[in-house]
Amino acid sequence: MSGAVATAEPIGRRNWLKPSIARERRWALWASYIVLVFFAIGFLAPPYFELVTALKTSQQIGSGKDPWFTAHPYFGNFIGIITNPDFQTFFLNTVKVTLIVVVLTLAMSILAAYALARMRFFGSHAFATGVFLTYLVPESLLFIPLFKVLSFLHLINSTWCLVLVWPTLSVPFCTWIMIGYFSSIPKELDEAAMIDGASHLQMLWKIFIPVALPGIIAATIFAFTVCWGDFLYPLAYLFTGKQMVLTAGIVSDLIHGDVLDWGHIMAANVVASAPPVIIYAFLMDYYIAGLTAGATKG
Amino acid sequence: MAQVTLRKVSKSYDQHVQAVKAIDLDIADEEFVVLVGPSGCGKTTTLRMIAGLEEITDGEISIAGELVNDVPPRDRDIAMVFQNYALYPHMTVFDNMAFGLKLRKFPRAEIKQRVDEAARILDIGTLLARKPKALSGGQRQRVAMGRAIVRHPKVFLFDEPLSNLDAKLRVQMRTEIKKVHQAVRTTTVYVTHDQVEAMTLADRVVVMNHGVIEQVGPPQELYHNPLTRFVAGFIGSPAMNFVPCRLETVGNQLMLRLTDEIRLPVPSSRVDRYSPYKDHNVLVGIRPEHLTELKDPAKPNVVRFDAHLDVTEPMGMEIMVHFRINGTELCGRIDPSVRAEAGEILPMSADLNHMHLIDADTGRVV
Repeated sequence: MSGAVATAEPIGRRNWLKPSIARERRWALWASYIVLVFFAIGFLAPPYFELVTALKTSQQIGSGKDPWFTAHPYFGNFIGIITNPDFQTFFLNTVKVTLIVVVLTLAMSILAAYALARMRFFGSHAFATGVFLTYLVPESLLFIPLFKVLSFLHLINSTWCLVLVWPTLSVPFCTWIMIGYFSSIPKELDEAAMIDGASHLQMLWKIFIPVALPGIIAATIFAFTVCWGDFLYPLAYLFTGKQMVLTAGIVSDLIHGDVLDWGHIMAANVVASAPPVIIYAFLMDYYIAGLTAGATKG
Repeated sequence: MAQVTLRKVSKSYDQHVQAVKAIDLDIADEEFVVLVGPSGCGKTTTLRMIAGLEEITDGEISIAGELVNDVPPRDRDIAMVFQNYALYPHMTVFDNMAFGLKLRKFPRAEIKQRVDEAARILDIGTLLARKPKALSGGQRQRVAMGRAIVRHPKVFLFDEPLSNLDAKLRVQMRTEIKKVHQAVRTTTVYVTHDQVEAMTLADRVVVMNHGVIEQVGPPQELYHNPLTRFVAGFIGSPAMNFVPCRLETVGNQLMLRLTDEIRLPVPSSRVDRYSPYKDHNVLVGIRPEHLTELKDPAKPNVVRFDAHLDVTEPMGMEIMVHFRINGTELCGRIDPSVRAEAGEILPMSADLNHMHLIDADTGRVV
């Protein structure tokens, strides 16, 4: 009977208790904004602090005043780091190895994903699951056995060892992404191509890759980010400056004994972070454009 | 000449599910054959086996006299139109239609000539530069047909091509498909679950059920002379009425006893045919158009009865009336000028000259 009592109340009284779509939407928006602002501050504060510190002189940093602001930006740290031959070597090594690994990763994962998603064969499901399970094995467990492998191949302290080990991080996940993307392409599309006369390779090249471009770009972003930002493998396998990449090189070669040149380190971090940020900014637009084009709808 | 021949063709999945059971079918050159049946009857599997998209478990399939059991789809010289069009989303209409020809290394001039010709037949000449996402459902369907036409294949295969279109467009595209077939005269196998589509398009209809062919024949033949209860009930809309009864002799007259009170005389022309089923439980099949308002009670073999109407459905050119006799729901068609309201009693007549007698045990029409 409580329902009957509630409905009998005069209109206008205790309206705030009644459900309202507009009010619920307003609350949801407020909650979203609060959470988003909280996370945005949390995630953006470190790079902002890094940038501000990089724009200060050693004296300003040492004084500890205004840690979040500088009235007179100082670009000496950036000039110093960009003209530093060691840093240039790290940067070029990173670009070289990352690009090679990204290309290798895409080639391997696209072919593997096509086979696993579309060519029905005995054990294909088990293989697909196996690929993902490989990704779940953490880097920190793999680096010791991989060290033995690289020692056997005489690749320790060679930048090229990363061409061998980084795909162990990038290929499984990219294959997994591509399996998902290829599976979402209607089966009739490859059947139509098959009837039109396409071989498997033609089908992959002329139909699947163009249609799955958003997925391929997502995989590219992932592979690039994983390689560019990897810290553990370079630290474990590379010892000398000439072979170093950015992540390990900045901390191992720009710190001299117990002297921490924070301005240079922060400037090096900002410059090292720039390529992923630029690639994200460029490719994410392309990625979203690809999604909104409704490429996989018949 | 592109006949399609199926000999004892079967398809099993996982050795347990038999989708198609040893079917035989001969499709003549230039013929338009429609495979029709309910979901899961094996019609799409049969079409896909002809296309080469499904391997056959047993039997033989020949196209133009050549055994194609192990021939890949691209070498069967067939073209297929899919239910969801399967247009390549990143290509223009022109490129979609030209794709198969480019893969077969046709000269550019011939590709253009063939695409233009198909675009003219299908009236899509102005759409050639567009991508599929910029087309309506009907336009996409035309492009899918264009992609098939340009290839000049031996056989067209259609897999429920109109199912994704709205009712009005479906009727329009049905006519288009018939026109295209009349223009290009290519052997066509068309799959649908819509018996109206089957009846209107086909030279011959193949009715399938549970993986077997129930009956093959021209649409009118199937409609007027079904061989089984399934075909009788599947072909025709609204469906044929079936009334359980017993065939008995009363005096010298062979009668269909529905209840103790309702007995229908068997038309004299059918007495010899039905006599062997005397004292058997049978089904009387009668189409709605033969259950009408009382018209001509003097006509031989027309039985008069009163129907207590449960539901009436005015359709414009006719009214469908639903009523029960002895617990069995029946549907009749009456003239729209007759006043018929639910709950009323309407004098009606059943024209037994058009009845079918079905053996209740075997489901075969006697």
